[in-house]
Amino acid sequence: MTGAIDKRMTSDEIVGRLRSGMTLGIGGWGSRRKPMALVRALLRSDVTDLTLVSYGGPDVGLLAEAGRIRKLITAFTTLDSIPLEPHFRAARERGAFELVELDEAMFMQGLTAGAQRLPFLPIRAGLGSDVLRVNPQLRTVTSPYEDGEELVAVPALRMDAALVHMNRADRSGNGQYLGPDPYFDDLFCEAADTAYVSCERVVESAALTEHAAPQTMLISRHSVTGVAETPKGAHFTSCVPDYGRDEPFQKAYATAAADPDAWDAFRARFLAGDERDYHLAVQTWHKEQR
Amino acid sequence: MTSTTERTATRAEYCVIACAEAWRDAGEILASPMGTVPAVAARLAKLTFSPDLLLTDGEALLIGDVPAVGAASTVTEGWLPYRRHLTMVMGGRRHVMMGASQIDRFGNQNISCIGDWERPKRQLLGVRGAPVNTLNNPVSYWIPRHSPRVFVAKVDMISGVGHDSAAAAGPSATRFHDLRRVVSDLGVFDFATPDHAMRLVSLHPGVTVDQVREATGFELSLPDDVPVTREPTGEELRLIRDVVDPSGLRDREVRA
Repeated sequence: MTGAIDKRMTSDEIVGRLRSGMTLGIGGWGSRRKPMALVRALLRSDVTDLTLVSYGGPDVGLLAEAGRIRKLITAFTTLDSIPLEPHFRAARERGAFELVELDEAMFMQGLTAGAQRLPFLPIRAGLGSDVLRVNPQLRTVTSPYEDGEELVAVPALRMDAALVHMNRADRSGNGQYLGPDPYFDDLFCEAADTAYVSCERVVESAALTEHAAPQTMLISRHSVTGVAETPKGAHFTSCVPDYGRDEPFQKAYATAAADPDAWDAFRARFLAGDERDYHLAVQTWHKEQR
Repeated sequence: MTSTTERTATRAEYCVIACAEAWRDAGEILASPMGTVPAVAARLAKLTFSPDLLLTDGEALLIGDVPAVGAASTVTEGWLPYRRHLTMVMGGRRHVMMGASQIDRFGNQNISCIGDWERPKRQLLGVRGAPVNTLNNPVSYWIPRHSPRVFVAKVDMISGVGHDSAAAAGPSATRFHDLRRVVSDLGVFDFATPDHAMRLVSLHPGVTVDQVREATGFELSLPDDVPVTREPTGEELRLIRDVVDPSGLRDREVRA
């Protein structure tokens, strides 16, 4: 044991620290390793009016459908194997929230600037595209060196709170990913004033690198406020190697999301109760599919 | 070549050849294919005229073998999570073949939304990495259904940057801007005209210039003599059919 403080919390305790009007970052990428248990807890709360920062997947879809988003900062919103997120689409088509649409790499620069306490970072991307037209607040900067190049100054993406999901963590908030891609979860935590890590399992610190290389230790406890153990907490998005995306269930989600009546039934069945109810309902649903 | 008369190439296979040619002699760069036909094409290029290409498993690994499209790789030669992938884009050692919901005469591409951006008629993916791709590394496009709805006079949201937009944005935008080719189910196109407007390069067998004209919502540059997209060799057909795409996924993307 490190002797460091015990930051374990429940999902509801984490959400209890969030306030309406906050700027909230959500880690993962598309329909991959999204902190869905925390998103579901957020849906059970009355936190709303959020500025959401996300490489968007069903986290954006669910929060958009529930009317919790005032402003979305993203480069895309997708379910990966299903290209278009139906709730996101519908919300955009009815003008439900303000959108800041950035390029993927601009978004990465914004997170990096946020983590490094810089006002902006330069990038070539954005020039010549309509990203600059639809974001009139974006400015360019001229290189002070001989090249004199004009580049886009991506403003820092600084957040009040970040939510990410890891494969493992210890009780003081050191987070470990065991899949092939870290996405940008460490940057989300470092660019936020408070960061909350949900994970498949909380283990002793010594167990983290017993069978895994130290470079799997993505998130350091100094950037973490709270840790929640949420088994299958990324469901129905992927959390490899613990589990892949639940494709049949994602398909059911997308089908229901495209039709208001079907969505009411889906929500009543899967999202009306707590996290335990959710997983029981999913299990039952899978049995019915056989 | 008795085998080629017996094994006439399909439209999808001409498309594969036309896409593969985009990566000819590319050296040690990453081929990023989006869509089935480009995925088959990148693998074919690596197995034939571009052996040094880098390929990914579509997730975070660089693969050292050339498995069939959709099959698992067994050799890993590198690690390419999204953040490193984006760095590779900005470093220019990559040639991506993207899709397009709309593309115009100067190669501006849209995958973000249809209609007014403020309140779109149809929300699509978002710009994704199209702005960074087009300003930083070679870019080609693959469009499996050539129609006036895709080949439009003006795109609704410039995601990938075309020649006129890059020029208007100045030297930082044009410095590494490099649109190579557009391949559709009807033919091959490039921008090798004085004003960088889209030009017909070749027609796939059985396609006429009029057919392309009718399916294109802007005026195309037309050479006096339009060649036919080159034939796959017998060996290329064998590689496509037996090695890279034995389950015929290419036929689901391109009508016969």
